[in-house]
Parts: sequence; structure tokens; C-alpha cells
Amino acid sequence: MPAARSLPHRHFDALIIGAGGAGLNAALRLAAANLRVAVVSKVFPTRSHTVAAQGGVNAALANALPDNWHWHMFDTVKGSDYLGDQDAIETMCREAIPTVYELEHAGVPFSRLDNGKIYQRAFGGQSQNFGGEQAARTCAAADRTGHAILHTLYQQNLRAKTHFFDEYFAVDLIRDDEGVAIGALVLDIESGEPLIIEAKTTLLATGGYGQVFRTNTNAFINTGDGMAMALRAGVPLQDMEFYQFHPTGVAGKGMLITEGARGEGGYLVNGEGERFMERYAPKARDLASRDMVSRSIVTEIREGRGCGPNKDYVLLKVDHLGADVVHHRLPGITDICRVFLGIDPAKEPIPVFPTAHYAMGGIPTDRHARVVAPARHGPEEVVPGLYAAGECACVSVHGANRLGGNSLLDILVFGRAAGTDILSYVAEHPNHRPMLDAHIEPAIARLARWERQGEGERVADVKAELRRLMEDHCGVFRDQPTMAEGVEKLKALRERVEGVRLRDHSQTFNTARIEALELDNLVDVGMATMMSALHRDESRGAHSRVDHPERDDERWMKHSLYLREDDRMDYKPVRTKPLTVESFPPKPRVY
Amino acid sequence: MSITISVYRYQPDSDSGSNASPSATGAKPYMQTFEVEAAPGMMLREALLAIKEQDETFAFRHSCGEGVCGSDGVNANGTNCLACITPVADLKQPIQVRPLPGRPVIRDLVVDMTQFYEQYRAVEPYLIRKDPLPEQEIRQSPEDREKLDGLYECILCGCCSTACPSFWWNPDKFHGPAALLQSWRFLADSRDQATEERLDALEGPYKLFRCHSIMNCVEVCPKGLNPTKAIGQIKELMLEQSV
Repeated sequence: MPAARSLPHRHFDALIIGAGGAGLNAALRLAAANLRVAVVSKVFPTRSHTVAAQGGVNAALANALPDNWHWHMFDTVKGSDYLGDQDAIETMCREAIPTVYELEHAGVPFSRLDNGKIYQRAFGGQSQNFGGEQAARTCAAADRTGHAILHTLYQQNLRAKTHFFDEYFAVDLIRDDEGVAIGALVLDIESGEPLIIEAKTTLLATGGYGQVFRTNTNAFINTGDGMAMALRAGVPLQDMEFYQFHPTGVAGKGMLITEGARGEGGYLVNGEGERFMERYAPKARDLASRDMVSRSIVTEIREGRGCGPNKDYVLLKVDHLGADVVHHRLPGITDICRVFLGIDPAKEPIPVFPTAHYAMGGIPTDRHARVVAPARHGPEEVVPGLYAAGECACVSVHGANRLGGNSLLDILVFGRAAGTDILSYVAEHPNHRPMLDAHIEPAIARLARWERQGEGERVADVKAELRRLMEDHCGVFRDQPTMAEGVEKLKALRERVEGVRLRDHSQTFNTARIEALELDNLVDVGMATMMSALHRDESRGAHSRVDHPERDDERWMKHSLYLREDDRMDYKPVRTKPLTVESFPPKPRVY
Repeated sequence: MSITISVYRYQPDSDSGSNASPSATGAKPYMQTFEVEAAPGMMLREALLAIKEQDETFAFRHSCGEGVCGSDGVNANGTNCLACITPVADLKQPIQVRPLPGRPVIRDLVVDMTQFYEQYRAVEPYLIRKDPLPEQEIRQSPEDREKLDGLYECILCGCCSTACPSFWWNPDKFHGPAALLQSWRFLADSRDQATEERLDALEGPYKLFRCHSIMNCVEVCPKGLNPTKAIGQIKELMLEQSV
């Protein structure tokens, strides 16, 4: 491994790590303002996981049914089980409207209503008039909305001449002695050469970490890289116990079947042919919030009312909607069913099971996407020069449970917010801060660790064990003994990573090395998840404790913070005060 | 039951394990055969992952596993495909897996896609609007929106362009089917206002007109898109505009 001083350096105003919707929307804003912006992505940008988002993006455009941003805000606060920060939620719901118009102007091929306006469909947890009738708030490009948005953002970045580092892996952040983020050590995957990127600001936009669970809807690349980089830089992770299990993953396989399938009129049935959601959510039924639908499915199966020879899944029916609706509005899931199940969903029901899908938690930020951490003057002090947006961040707009259609919205609004704040930060701090060898060395040491030769366990084996462990000990339903055992096992596994060795030490496109670096990241975010979950002894949103089934606002209306040093837990209050409207106080959550 | 797969191997710095500098000159490509355990409904990507379990030096790109990210274009038994949505059961054994043809190989199944992306960028693949923007959405009728179906779904996997003989011979001059499909995607968009410039930019013997309607692109597109038809539509529009 080369010495710190021999590495090449590149200089940019802004470094963005990750080329999904959040990273690219930030980049677009910055490049359009003529900043020198570098986007580092471990895959070619259009391969980022935003591409897989299906159903759509929420905005109260009122194209299909009456709507306004305040109702959207209410639904989001309620959906978050009152753990979401209401200033951030107000920002997101207000900004949603201009954000979607901006995307449309940029070229996103939204589906259309007869009057030429953007098509909007119903999604779970949406209501008119603060809990009234079902709303239709999700703007869709068929069921390929993420693909349409990601490609459009990439295309507009080409136009704006953003500088891309395609297939570069970010190893670690670089911070100076005062804790200011001054760049990152990255690895050119093709050549195997490390490179230092010096930047006045760094935005982490690296997405989620679904690969920590054995069965998930996520891509292979979703390994929590940015979250783990933040942890190693001494920044805590917030609310990591809140991990969303999407109700309708393809049973046994994990591919996502969009909530839009139920939004278009699909519903779930159990082994007795019963529409069981009527019992759990009499009003919203199949369009209750995801945490509730997932728990209902698992309960049905646990009580012996599953489908199939092993009674281990339920069925999602869309066959009554007619081939025209199914093939026209849901072409992507039609493909998935044909390819992976050999069925036409317009004719046969789809076997589904709740599947690990989305991290509500992440790197704590304020509503300007600035990373905040506990320091001398309180729990939310800005880490200078460091930003986070998208699934890797926790603003927190999703609180304990995210509503469908709010994740594309989150990445776009807060990616853009990061761009806006970076512009003013760079204007105020026009010079690069000095980068010393000592600042770089920890990052190089992380890379060098995987150069060790000799015998040892294999990356693939330890990773497989981690994924099973997380699924077994931190799933839809949780309890103290299972998780305490999980933490012990995970600590032992973390020790074992020290003894893992690569067989392949080659330079050119060494994917084994990348997977080893990703394993480090997965172990760290897995621990953050399990520790946070073990300590929260209440049930809220996606975190469902069998041993503590009630929500406990007295003790737990607060955000968890996990610190890597000594696996320490800390807490900070929820921001219940919105910007301009009245606060929504906690209420029992029924759908 | 096991499956026999023969994969293309090329390791430019083949003395992996030592600290010697990579030598791109000494390494020679070869085919290597693996046996992997079959599973019901197994896709080719899973079989390649099983090979990587046996030999971590084996390199290929992949990510979403469901045919939307476009990372894992490969050539299986002579046909370009996306490994993650190609059932192993559909492939005659021993399965021969090679990199996408006509591109420089970086390592094993990983090819250099630089020229492919350059051609994509060359068609200015973004909406160009000259009128002032409305406060709300630009209206588009469902009929006009439908004209984008079969175009916008491209995932840039490169299966089409790397199956195209015209692209093999002139990857620096001929845009290739993937880029031209995107060119038509914007020409066909009722919101775009750069038709003339787009068509002008396609003039000349190579960029568009090297397409000889061989239709390999249509044959292999894993998303069922039809670049040849799009190219035909561009030519028609050119004709229309010139009279």
C-alpha cells in the first residue's frame, strides 16, 4: 500500500459520494451553478438502486383527487408513528410540489391523466383532510418511476457537465484535526489505484443497507457504505432500529412488488381465501401503513393461515383488475412475475412475504442536509463541511415507519437542499483546508488491512452468516432474549472479521476486495441496528417488540443515537415543532 | 443436480497474491469450466455467483438481480443477455459465458464500456425545452406519452450495441442502437423542442446511417425494446423534414 504522501490528489468544490437520486439531484444544482463537483459512484450512475423504485413519488398536486401539502404532512407524521421531525416533514411536503414539477420539466416521462396532467395513484397511509378518505398522491411513471427519475437526473447532469468518477469505491472520509470534512480516499476499481479527492464539502448519498438481511428487495450494492464511513468518522447513526419490511416481496426470492399494485386495487388474501386486512385495518384495509400490513401478514402465517404447501406466504391478487390495467399500469411487476414466477399477474395471484426493504434510520442531519452530531453545545451540532441525504441519512422525515412514495421524495428534496446549502457554504469558505498525511492515514490503514496475506476465513462465508443472523435476530417481530443473543453473536462475528483474508490481491477490477470493504460496512451498520433495537423497549412503527407491545411516548418519544466507540447508545429529543403550522401531537395510530 | 458452466477468464495481473506490478502483457485469456449446484428457477447470475463462491478471483458486474440496473450484460451460448433474468434451464449445457463482444476486456466478464457511453452522450440524451417553463407540469396527452413507451425503459446494459456488427466495426463513429433509441426517445417526446438540431446532428454516413437493419439489437434486447424500429422512425422524420 502506498504511503499517504505518494497518492495523487484531485481538487473539487464539492464531493458527492453516491449517484442515486439524492446525489444526482444535489450534483445538478451545484453543476448548474458552475461549482466544480465530483460524483463518485461504485457503479455506473444509472445502475444506482434508485433505478429499482417502482410505485412513485408523493406530492400533493391534487391532479386526481383533492389534496394539499398539509394533509400530506399529517399522513407522514402519523405514518412515522410520531417519531418524525415535524420541521423536516413540513419542509418535505411543501417542497414536494415544486420538486415534482421540476422533475417533469427535466424530462421525467410521467404517466398522464386525460387532461395531460401527471398521473397520480393511491398509496398506503394517504388520506384527505387529516385522516379522511383515501388520497391519490403518488406521481407515477407506470411502475418504473425510479428508473425514469434516475435516468433523467443523470441525463441532465451530463448536460450540466458534472464530473463523474464512475466505478470508484469510497474507502473513508478524511477529516482534519478540527473535525472538518475535507474529502475522501477513493479507490479506482478498474485500476485498483487509490486516489485522494480534496473537497470543500462532502455529501454522503450512498443509499441503504438491505444486504445486511438475507432476504431483501435491495441491490447487491446496498451495503451501507456511507453510514459506516460516518460511524468510523465518529458520527453516530440515528434510529437504526427502524428498518422497514415491505409487505409484498416475492415469497422466498425478495423482489419487490410495488405498493402501487394495491394502490391500483389489488388486495391480499390468506390460505382461507379471506381478505384478512379488513380485520387489522377496517378502514384503510390493504392500504394501511407498511409496518401494519407486514405484521398482519406475518401474524396470519404464524397462526396457520398462510398459503401454499408449507403455509408460508400470502397471496396478492390483482387478477380482478383486468389485463389492461395490470399490463399498462404495472408493466414492471408483470415482467418480474413472468420472469421469476412464470405467471401472468393478470391471471394468477402473486405469492408474497414481508421482505427487508428500507432504512428509516441513518446519518443524522438537519433539514438542510447538514450532518449533525452531539458535541460540546448540544445533541445537534453541525459537522462542518459534511452533508448526507437520501436513504443513508436520517432527517428524520420517516421516523419509525416510512410511507410508500416518500422515499423518492426524500432523496429529491433533501438532495436538492444539500445542493442549496453547499452553495452558500462554499461561498463562505472559498479555500481548501490543508490536508496532512496524518489525516489520510486512517483511511489508508483500512485499505491496507485487506492486503494481509495468508490463511483465514472467507469474506463470503462471514457475510452469509451475518445476513442470516440479522434476519433471525432482528426481523419483523422482536424480543429481548432473541436480540440479546443476536448482539452477542454479532460481536463474536465482528471479532472474526479480523481473521478474514482475501485470496485475491490483484489490482485490476478486484471485486473480491470491494466485497471485503463492504463486509466491514455491513458489520458496522448491522451492529448499529441490533444495538438500537435491543435498547428500545417499546413498539413503535416498524420496531415491533413482542415483549413490549405498546408505544411508550413517556419514555421513548426520542431518537436513538448509536456510536461505534464502545457500542454506546445516546438519545436526543424529537423535533415536534413544525416551521409554520401547529404541531401534530401523538395519537393512537389506527388505519 | 449440477450444471456445467464454462466461463471466459482473463486476468491481466495474473500473478495475484504477490506484490509484483501488474503485467498486462503476459496474461492470456482462456475458458474455465466449473460445476455448480442447480436450484429451481436459478438464473445465470446466481450460477455466476456460485462460481465466485468457489473462486473469488472471478470478476463480473451485477447489482439489482431483477433486470432493471443493466449491470450484468454477458454473452451466454453466443447470445447477449442479462444474466439476472436468464434462466439457467433455458441454456444448453455446458453453458458458455463470455464478455459482451467487441469491447475491450478489462478482466474476465468485465468489459470497457467507455465508447458505448460516449455514443450515448453524443446524442444529447436529455429534454431540451426552449419556451419558458410553466409553473406546473408541461401538459402531455396520454396518447403523446404513449409514444415514449418502448423507448424510455432502456437500461443501458449494452446488449444491443455489442451485438451489432456495425457497432463492432465503427464504435467511434456509429452511435449504435442503444444511443439511437435514446435519440428517438427525445425526438418522440412532445415536450422536446430541439428536433431540428437533433436531426442535423445525425447527418453524415456514420452516426445514424451505418445501421443496416440487421436487427441483432431487437433479437437480444432483454427489455423487449426495438431500436431498429426507432432508427427507422428517425430516418422517416428526417425525410419528412427535408421535403
